[in-house]
Amino acid sequence: MTDIGADDGYRARLSVCPACDAAPLAGRIADATMRPADLVLSLPTAHCATCITDVERALMALPGVRSARVNLTLRRVLIDAPGHHAEEFIPVLEGIGYEAHELDPSALSSSAADRQGRDILMRIGVAGFAMMNIMILSVAVWSGAEGPTRDMFHWISAVIALPTVIFAGQPFFASAWTSIRAGRLGMDVPISLALILATAISLFETVNSGHHAYFDAAVMLCFFLLVGRYLDYRSRAVARSAAEELTALEVPRAVLLQDGAEVVVGVADLKPGDVIRIRPGARVAADGEVIAGMSEIDRSLLTGESLPVQAGPGAALSAGEVNLTGPLDLRVTAAGRDSSLSRLANLVANAEASRGRYASLAERAARAYSPAVHLLAFTSLLGWLYATGDWRLALNVAAAVLIITCPCALGLAVPAVVTAASGKLFKRGLLIKDGTALERLAEVDTVVFDKTGTLTMGKPELVSMGDLPPALRPVALAVADGSGHPLSRALAAALKAEGVGPAALTQVQEVPGYGVEADWQGRRVRLGRADWVGAQAPETGDGPVSVLSVEGYAPVVLHFADALRPGAGECVAALHAQGRRVLMLSGDTHAAVARAAAELGITEFHAGVTPQDKEAQIAALADVGAKVLMVGDGLNDTAALARAHVSISPATALDAARVASDIVLMGQDLAPVAQALTLAGTARRRIKQNFAISIAYNIVAVPFAIAGFATPLMAALAMSLSSISVTLNALRLR
Amino acid sequence: MEILFILIPVSILLGAGGLGAFLWSLKTRQYDDPKGDAERVLSSEWDDHPKPLPDQNSDP
Repeated sequence: MTDIGADDGYRARLSVCPACDAAPLAGRIADATMRPADLVLSLPTAHCATCITDVERALMALPGVRSARVNLTLRRVLIDAPGHHAEEFIPVLEGIGYEAHELDPSALSSSAADRQGRDILMRIGVAGFAMMNIMILSVAVWSGAEGPTRDMFHWISAVIALPTVIFAGQPFFASAWTSIRAGRLGMDVPISLALILATAISLFETVNSGHHAYFDAAVMLCFFLLVGRYLDYRSRAVARSAAEELTALEVPRAVLLQDGAEVVVGVADLKPGDVIRIRPGARVAADGEVIAGMSEIDRSLLTGESLPVQAGPGAALSAGEVNLTGPLDLRVTAAGRDSSLSRLANLVANAEASRGRYASLAERAARAYSPAVHLLAFTSLLGWLYATGDWRLALNVAAAVLIITCPCALGLAVPAVVTAASGKLFKRGLLIKDGTALERLAEVDTVVFDKTGTLTMGKPELVSMGDLPPALRPVALAVADGSGHPLSRALAAALKAEGVGPAALTQVQEVPGYGVEADWQGRRVRLGRADWVGAQAPETGDGPVSVLSVEGYAPVVLHFADALRPGAGECVAALHAQGRRVLMLSGDTHAAVARAAAELGITEFHAGVTPQDKEAQIAALADVGAKVLMVGDGLNDTAALARAHVSISPATALDAARVASDIVLMGQDLAPVAQALTLAGTARRRIKQNFAISIAYNIVAVPFAIAGFATPLMAALAMSLSSISVTLNALRLR
Repeated sequence: MEILFILIPVSILLGAGGLGAFLWSLKTRQYDDPKGDAERVLSSEWDDHPKPLPDQNSDP
């Protein structure tokens, strides 16, 4: 039942073409034309009625705003203001105390999926209305209505049921037709056959004033199966809208320098030869060569290196790297499809192709179930025909067998469990993007972690506070506050946590690529690279260092380390306790990797691994039969994520990595990963139990149907009882 | 039993009315923001008069 034809569009976006998604810049070139005036802002802190009125009132008061409407469910505000930019509204909202982020409307493709959800809801409504009305009439027939009264009730039921089955059954008919044309027997084939045969037989019986009509069963079948389908849709829609929001937060814009003026353009419009300006803190939009400026570059998302790299004129930068300290002017050498991002995307496409398609439990059940059901119905038809020679009786029995065996509970068995489990995981901050990810997660026996940004925060942390004399701490804080460099930020954060207040400095000046310099009571203060500060560079290559020198004092070497992600140790310990093998593959230096591994208790690790090697190692593990869970965040992990049996990436990961993985970790804490594996195991057991329950109902009811004793009342009872028990069993997961 | 000729159409019409209301609410996108709608009830913003429709020609 997870094989839902109508949802193919969504699935195509998420996994069939990871290559297109892995290169978001390349992919979005396709719709380079700007969308109309609607602006979408994310409001992560909005939560109450006051928030709605505050935000709407503040925005409506601005000139040029035609309308502003908050959607509290999605925590977004939609602004209709032609000719205005989101940057104008963000400060207004921040001024009244609401955090706001611009979302890229072209990455929010929710409207098509919404239509799909409404479409299923509409069919559920129609089927529900028909079911209740027919049931009223059926109860009268079951309680003994005879002769013309029964015929009249059957006729009224027919008038209601016929259009209902034709309308509400369409998703099943369409998907059954697709699978027949593809030469497969999906779960929808017996469903469609049962619907059509039950309606046709009942119509025939009604015309000939027969005793039994199965209109109620046909419509009820429609209703329950549509509910299963809607649950399936809902659990994906929630994950999809959250995943899309993460993507939409990265608006693909670049600052183009045109005759000395700065113009904001879409990344898709960049051409080789353009000169773009990369501000500190911004992501490099296209591959290029630095022509002016000095800065440091964080390329951890591309290579896994935790140390920033210095960049000056002549340095080559790749799209996806982050500029840290000073503005850089870049001449674009390759944009969009030619960029290094796109070349990595090819690697991802190959990896995805070699993983192969995973057949879900439901698909495997359907593969065994559908032929068995058809065979059973056909045998009873032939048997009764041979025994009695009565076509009408034989067809009636065959229809009863199809209705009773119809996988009504099977259709609910998987979606109900998946909905309950992904709802529970969502509360713990895990977003399941793919329907079968939960089942694959349950099979995992080997977990492979990336280091930088996954097991660690990818952010440095001061480890040598003791070396800093207390007298210099206020000076250190003040000078560190003058820079946006991660090491300075880490120093400032550590000092603030100690309760240090800043000293008064004058002439604070950042020298991009080197450090910060200032004047303190007539003494020169410098914080930055050892060679620039004028101190001896420390010989240990162990983690990043920064040097503080104050005239009249000895230079202080400050050591930093990449802080572990909260819950990382707990997660690794829990995985070991569950008896799973844990590995670490990182592109970082051996020393850094070994230290992190020792802290976490991971014994198997490899340092200096290239993206190709990562994928190869995962493939080698898969070849010896291991089911690998890959957890990673960088572009260098993308191919490995796509190749692994199942994959998780944190929300801070690059878009490409998130798209290539099946599950996204929304919070900072890594501990839910180990819990998710346990929950996936429970969910898998629950799905199997549900299969057992629905098969048990069949084993009881089918002999009656084959023997020709089945009545519409029995069919209705068996169907609703099995559906309800399967749903209740799924809810036990909460 | 003649009462059936009145009661059955009445029950079907009532059901159809409910269905119609559901389909209308679906069409007018009333399920897009259930959480927001629940909160908007508590706001006193448009208690005195209904919210004016956005005027396309002039700025508010």
